[in-house]
Amino acid sequence: MRSVWALAAMAALSVLTASTTTLAGEPKQGGTLRMYHRDSPANASILEGATYSVNVPFMGVFNNLVIYDQHIAQNSPDTLRPELAESWSWSSDNKKLTFKLRQAVKWHDGKPFTSADVKCSFDLLMGKSQQKLRQNPRKAWYSEVNEITTSGDFEVSFDLKRPQPSLLAMLASGYTPVYPCHVSPADMRTHPIGTGPFKFVEFKANESIKLTRNPDYWKKGLPHLDGIEYTIIPNRSTAILAFVAGKFDMTFPTHITIPLLKDIKSQAPNATCVVEPTNVSTNIIVNSSSAPFDNVDIRRAVALALDRKAFIDILFEGQGDIGGTMLPPPQGIWGMPKDKLETIPGYGRDLNANREEAKKLMQKAGYGPDKHLAVKVSTRNIAEYRDPAVILIDQLKSIYIDGELDVVETANWFPKVARKDYMLGLNLTGNSVDDPDQSFYENYSCGSERNYTNYCNKEIEKLFDIQSQETDLAKRRPLVWDIDKKLQEDVARPIIFHARAGTCWQPYVKGVTIMSNSSYNGFRYEDLWLDK
Amino acid sequence: MFAYLVRRLFLMLVTLFGISIVIFLLLRIVPGNIVDILFAAAGYVDPADKANLEKELGIDRPLIVQYWHWISGFLRGDFGYSYVSEKPALQEILPRIPITARLAGLALLFSASIGIPLGVISAVKQGTRLDYFLRVVSLSGLSLPSFWLGLLILTASVAMFGQMPIFNPNPQTWLEAFATYAVPAAAVGFRSAALTMRITRSSMLEVLRQDYIRTARAKGASEAAVNYHHALKNAVLPVITVIGIEAAFLIGGLIVTETVFNIPGVARFLVEAIRWRDYPIVQNLVMLIAVVVVVANFVVDMLYAVFDPRIRYTD
Repeated sequence: MRSVWALAAMAALSVLTASTTTLAGEPKQGGTLRMYHRDSPANASILEGATYSVNVPFMGVFNNLVIYDQHIAQNSPDTLRPELAESWSWSSDNKKLTFKLRQAVKWHDGKPFTSADVKCSFDLLMGKSQQKLRQNPRKAWYSEVNEITTSGDFEVSFDLKRPQPSLLAMLASGYTPVYPCHVSPADMRTHPIGTGPFKFVEFKANESIKLTRNPDYWKKGLPHLDGIEYTIIPNRSTAILAFVAGKFDMTFPTHITIPLLKDIKSQAPNATCVVEPTNVSTNIIVNSSSAPFDNVDIRRAVALALDRKAFIDILFEGQGDIGGTMLPPPQGIWGMPKDKLETIPGYGRDLNANREEAKKLMQKAGYGPDKHLAVKVSTRNIAEYRDPAVILIDQLKSIYIDGELDVVETANWFPKVARKDYMLGLNLTGNSVDDPDQSFYENYSCGSERNYTNYCNKEIEKLFDIQSQETDLAKRRPLVWDIDKKLQEDVARPIIFHARAGTCWQPYVKGVTIMSNSSYNGFRYEDLWLDK
Repeated sequence: MFAYLVRRLFLMLVTLFGISIVIFLLLRIVPGNIVDILFAAAGYVDPADKANLEKELGIDRPLIVQYWHWISGFLRGDFGYSYVSEKPALQEILPRIPITARLAGLALLFSASIGIPLGVISAVKQGTRLDYFLRVVSLSGLSLPSFWLGLLILTASVAMFGQMPIFNPNPQTWLEAFATYAVPAAAVGFRSAALTMRITRSSMLEVLRQDYIRTARAKGASEAAVNYHHALKNAVLPVITVIGIEAAFLIGGLIVTETVFNIPGVARFLVEAIRWRDYPIVQNLVMLIAVVVVVANFVVDMLYAVFDPRIRYTD
């Protein structure tokens, strides 16, 4: 008899446990997510923005045609999901990409979403519409798109000049929301209207950004949150203290440096923190159009002198990645494997041998222990730029180069680089999607606006086009590796390291996934919820 | 008196005109404008887009035209639109003024209410342990940068109480409301209180050695009466002058304190506007401050003339 009761008790307990588990895992509706924002964005228009300071708060206002799965950390062609598009298909010649659009989707002002809105958005991005964006930093992404055509209200096609499979990667970026036709670009800067899970409430510059739940969101039952409030706190110490004190549910994504992460973990041991690559590379820009860096030997010597591990150890306590242009694996899907990387001059394990070779190159160029080369190392007056620039200057001493730090205010940095008023610069390059097309064309193609060093190699540009048209990932990857290797060997823009940064949230915040190969694509927050 | 009034009024207008020129030119001398900053942040520049934006914002026009456009608008009360938020500049500036005014007022109150009594005690107890202690406190107040003190307060609050007093626009309890302003005011007012304390002490020591104080004591007046009725009354004049000067310097401390405590006041807003080269905000705000200071000086000068016949009869 006793065993019967025991069995009954166990059965009851197991049912109870199971139901508790289910309840704990089931998203709860309601609550406002409180997050701090690292700075006050210039405006609310993602299409005009070029910093994730705009994407983070405003990505939840919009939808894309397609989007990277918000709960898989690594963005890849396999994690593309339909959003405003229900499905997509390529033509047999891979030159036409057609989307079937979702029906019964409404903009936040109640107007219906149609294919005309998609056409408007991409015509705006391609500079083909009557209305103009004040700034259009990603116009080059659509250079292979001939035109956008609609067929009825719920079908839209992208006609391409040549096959470009990675166009889908660009469309899935947080930088590519669909805008409404009936709202002007100027209004989108101050009061964005989207189809997304959250409606814009207000943006007080230097103060706060508020979003509220979209009750008519086309994904039924979402979002779970009633709203999101971002308090703008530019002072990192204040912001982190406020998070520790429980004033915020979450830190600004990838805003916590590795040393600060330790502080948070010691002061708020219950907080969940993750460290992921940001897909932002720290690199050297060399003015090869004038002496002394018009001499390829000196450029190569600089690349050979780099002790990349020392940068990572000093700045990130060892938590950074060494790679080429593309983010290295395992987070990066296009980065060179380690064995290939180590065959590139300067990446080999024997630092002393590298530097000896660098010294020989310097001596060949007429410099040596008695005749040092004086160089100004220019960089932006921001810690993320300044700190590695100081380490670079120290490392260059080992090859007879005496560097002098030249810090430049943000307003003057780009004009200075654009007019080639620098010798050697330390720069940061962010990649909004982990895709070679975005990185290669933007930073290395002849005449590109962001090709700061004016590196121009027509042969390699042909290879850009070949890899861009390759639809088979397995075939494309070795092509990309070869290009990346060649870029490093040419000292086009020597990559020093790829940074990592931390994000923390309180234990009751559920459903957060920090993207591991981009800092720009993971902020829809529609199924994020608060377990309290 | 009329001639004096007219001369002062004329001087005031000339001063304001000069200030407007200085503000306008200084902003243009600083390298880069809003368009440069926007494109620098985007990491590219399209010359056509840049030219369009400069035209849209009116910063491609000759300087004299830009100046006239601004100053005539200012005189009409039309402050234009912020380049960054694209909202009317007045709408951006006005709500922030009371926040900073409250903070500055509380900081001055803190400075006077702490600095004067402690300065008196320090002077009266000269050479005692208490005097040495208070002198160390005042010296530390002068030495500690307010941003560091602010961060120290925030860190201590979190470590000791698990709370931190950063700005809350909708305080739920009186304690929250108090902490919103009082703690940052104390952080920024500490330096000012230390200065007030030192000035009060030295002024009191000087007065306490005067003959009339000895006379008061000889007449049998109590120590309290001597110190507070006879000495402090005469010693407080330089202290008031210093507090007045400190009020003008407070804006510098407030910029840092508003940043550390994340207070959306006018001081931090001004710095952000300068960073963005948001000319309509910076020009109008600085001009507004200049007008307030110059008009206040004018009123004080008029009051001097009212109360001191030597001033009004010198012309």
